Amino acid sequence: MFDNLASLRAWRPAVAGLALSAAISAQAFAEETLGHAVPGQMSLLAPATPVAENLDFFHNKILLPLCIIISLFVLALLVYVMVRFNEKANPVPSRTTHNAALEVAWTIIPVLILVLIAVPSFRLLTQEIAVPKTDMTIKVTGKQWYWSYEYPKEEGGGFGFDSMLKDEKDMKPGDLRLLAVDNEVVVPVNKSVLLQVTAADVIHSFVIQPFGVRIDAVPGRMNTSWFKAEKEGVFYGQCSKLCGKDHAFMPIVFRVVSQAKYDAWLADQKKKSASRESEVKFAAAAPRN
Amino acid sequence: MAASDTAHADHAHDHPTGLRRFLFSTNHKDIGTLYLYFAVVAGVLGYLLSLGMRLELAHPGIGVFPTISAWMHGDNSIDAAKNLYNGFITAHGVLMIFFMVMPALIGGFGNWFVPIMIGAPDMAFPRMNNISFWLLPASLSLLLISMFMEGAPGMKGFGGGWVMYPPLSANTGHPGPAMDFVILSLHIAGVSSLLGAINFITTIFNMRAPGMTLHKMPLFAWSVLVTAFLLVLSLPVLAGALTMLLTDRNFGTTFFDPAGGGDPILFQHLFWFFGHPEVYILILPAFGLISHIVSTFSRKPVFGYLGMAYAMVAIGFVGFIVWAHHMYTVGLSLNTQRYFVFATMVIAVPTGVKIFSWIATMWGGSISFRAPMIWAIGFIFVFTVGGVTGVVLANAGVDRALHETYYVVAHFHYTMSLGAVFGVFAGFYYWFPKISGYMYNETLSKLHFWTLFTGVNLTFFPQHFLGLAGMPRRYIDYPDAYAQWNLVSSYGAYIAGVSLLIFFFTVLEAFSKKRVAGDNPWGPGATTLEWTLPSPPPFHQFETLPRIVGGDH
Repeated sequence: MFDNLASLRAWRPAVAGLALSAAISAQAFAEETLGHAVPGQMSLLAPATPVAENLDFFHNKILLPLCIIISLFVLALLVYVMVRFNEKANPVPSRTTHNAALEVAWTIIPVLILVLIAVPSFRLLTQEIAVPKTDMTIKVTGKQWYWSYEYPKEEGGGFGFDSMLKDEKDMKPGDLRLLAVDNEVVVPVNKSVLLQVTAADVIHSFVIQPFGVRIDAVPGRMNTSWFKAEKEGVFYGQCSKLCGKDHAFMPIVFRVVSQAKYDAWLADQKKKSASRESEVKFAAAAPRN
Repeated sequence: MAASDTAHADHAHDHPTGLRRFLFSTNHKDIGTLYLYFAVVAGVLGYLLSLGMRLELAHPGIGVFPTISAWMHGDNSIDAAKNLYNGFITAHGVLMIFFMVMPALIGGFGNWFVPIMIGAPDMAFPRMNNISFWLLPASLSLLLISMFMEGAPGMKGFGGGWVMYPPLSANTGHPGPAMDFVILSLHIAGVSSLLGAINFITTIFNMRAPGMTLHKMPLFAWSVLVTAFLLVLSLPVLAGALTMLLTDRNFGTTFFDPAGGGDPILFQHLFWFFGHPEVYILILPAFGLISHIVSTFSRKPVFGYLGMAYAMVAIGFVGFIVWAHHMYTVGLSLNTQRYFVFATMVIAVPTGVKIFSWIATMWGGSISFRAPMIWAIGFIFVFTVGGVTGVVLANAGVDRALHETYYVVAHFHYTMSLGAVFGVFAGFYYWFPKISGYMYNETLSKLHFWTLFTGVNLTFFPQHFLGLAGMPRRYIDYPDAYAQWNLVSSYGAYIAGVSLLIFFFTVLEAFSKKRVAGDNPWGPGATTLEWTLPSPPPFHQFETLPRIVGGDH
C-alpha cells in the first residue's frame, strides 16, 4: 500500500484539479542526492542525516498516505451522499439524527489512528531534540542580514567568519541564485556536529532541511541542535524567521567533505585567521594619521 | 417549532433613517449590515494586498514591488520594495483576520441572526453594540495610517508579520512610530471584539425566548457563544502582551529585551495563547452556520446535535492548551514539545466528529443543491484537506522540516482562506434573501463558487509542494527552483480575483432584479426562527416573545 509512493503523490494535484507535468515530476525524483530543491520539486529534499531519513520516512510513508486516504475517504463519502441522497434519488428524507454506535466509532477510530501516529512521531522528536555525544561544535550567530560561524579553539578551531549572500555579479557557473554564499561552512562527513545557535539583533531561524535541523536563533538565548551528515555534498538552507527587509537574502550553506579535505580546510582557515589577526595587531599598533 | 409574533407597526418606536439610522444605530440588524459592508471593504483591501504579493512571486526576482513602492511612498529602490513586501504580508494578515473574517462571521451574521435565532428582540446591550462596530473603522484607519509611517530606520510601515515578534517589532527592528500605530490599532480592534463578545454572552444567557433551552438552541448561536468565550478569555492576554511591547518601545521597560533580563520568547507564548484560540474564533462561527445549511438543504435535522455543540466546546477548550505548537523551533524542551504534540492531535477528534456528523446529516437526506449547499459541501472538503495537513504539522518531528515554510501557508489558508471564507459565502447566500428580501441568481452564485474554488485550490495546493521542497514563507524572492509552482499559485490568485468580481456582480444583479424571496425560500428544511419572520425582518422583531415548544433534538 505504501510502497508505490510516486503514484500516491500523483493523486494530490489530481485532487486539486491540477494537470501534472510528468516531465517535472520525473525530474524531481531523479536527482535525489542534492542539498537543494530542483525545479518543480513536490516532495521533501533528499535526507543526508539519520534524523532527516527518519523524518522523511515518517512523512512520506506514514503521514502523507494517511492524509491522502482520509481526504479521499471524505471526498468519496461526499460524492456518495450527493449521488445517492439528492432530492431526485431520495425525495423523502429520513429523520435519523442519532446512531450511538456510529458516533462512538468516529470518535474512537481517529483516537486510535492518532495513537499509532504518536509512536513514530515521539521517537523522531526524541532523536531530534536529545543531543548525543558530539564530535565537534560550531557556534552560529544570526545577524541582520547574514550568518556568523565560529569554530571553538579547544576543538582545533579558534577562528570565525561571516557568511553572506553572493552578489549576482560574483556568481560562478553552478552557483545558485539566492543560495550561494561567499564563505561556506565546511564539516567532515560522518561526524556528529553540535550547533550552538543564537542571534545578535532580532530573531532568525537556522534551517538545513536535508539535515533535519531547524532551530531559532534568539537574542539572549543559546539554542542547540545537532546533525551527523552521512553524505558528502553541499547543503542549503535559508533564514526562516522574518527578520526585516533582507530576510530572504541570508542563506545557509554547509559543505560536507571527507575528513582529509576537512583537515586541509581547517589548516587553511587557521592560517588565514592568524594572518588576519596579525593584520589587526599591526593596524592597531600603527600610529594614527 | 415556534409561534412568533412580528412587529405590528413602527409607530411605537423610533425608526431613524439615513445617517442617524446607521451612525447612531442600536439595532442589531442595522449594525450587522454595517459589519458586513465593513468586512467587504476590508476583504477587498486584503485581497489587493495578496494580489500584490502573488504578482511579485509569479516570477523569480523583484519586479513588482519597486513600482508599488514608488506609487505608495515615492521610493522605487529595491530596499524600499523589500520592506514594503513585509508591510504587505503584515497588513494582509491583520486585515483578513481582524477586519474581514471576524466582522463578517461574528459581527455580521452573529449580530443579525443570534438574537433572532434565540427569539430575542435585540442584543442585550444595543448601545454597546454600536460602539463595538464603530471602533473598527477607527482601528482599520490606524492600521492603514501605519503603512505610511516610519517603521524600520528610513523605511515606511511595519513589516514584522501579524505575529509581531520582538525584537523585530521592538526598537531593535522598528524604532519608528509605525509599530505603535499597529499596537494601538490592535488594542482598539481588541476592545471592539471584547465588547461584542460580552454582548453575545449576555444576550445568549439572558434573552432566550421561553422554552429555548441551551440544548435546544440553534448551533450557530452555540458557535457564537463558544467564540465569544474564546474572545473574552484570549484577547486580554494579547492586550497584555501588546501593552508590554508598547512600554518596552516607549517607556524603557525590558519585558522582551534580554539586555534588561527580559525574554523575546515570552512574547511568543503570550501572543500564541491568544493567537491559537483566535484561529478557532475565525472558524467556529463557520462551523455553526454550515450545520444549519447542511441540515436545511438535506431537509433533515442536524445529526448528533449535542455532539456537534459539545465538539465546539471541546475544540474551544483544547484550543487554549495547544499554543506552543506554533513554537516548536524556539528551543522548547523535549517534554514540552511532547505535550504540545499530544494536545494538538487531540483537536483532530472533535473536528472529525463535526466533519462526519455533517456527512451523516446529509446521509438519508433529500439534498437540493442550492448555492449555499454547494458552498457548504465545498467547505467540508477543503476544511478536511486543511485538517489533515494540520495533523502533519502537529507532529513536532515533521514540523522541523515544514515550520515557517509554504506548507504552513497552504495549511492555514486551506482552513481560513478556503474554510472560513467558504463559510462566509455559504452564510451570505443562505441569509442574503432574509437580509435583503431579494433572491440572488442561482447560476451566478454557482459560477462564483466554481471560480473561487478553482482559484483558491490552484493558489494554495501547489504551496504544499513549495513547502515540502523547503521554500520559506515571508520571502519576496526565492531560489529559481521554486518558480514553476509559484507561477501556478499566482494564476490561482488571479482567478480568485475574477470570482470576487462575479460576487459583486451577483449582489448587484440581485438588488437590481428585486426577485422577492418570501419569508422562507428554502422550504421545510429551514427550521430556525429567522425563517418565521418576513424578509427582510421588521425593524423590531418578537415584540411578543415566541414560545418554543417541543424539540427537534
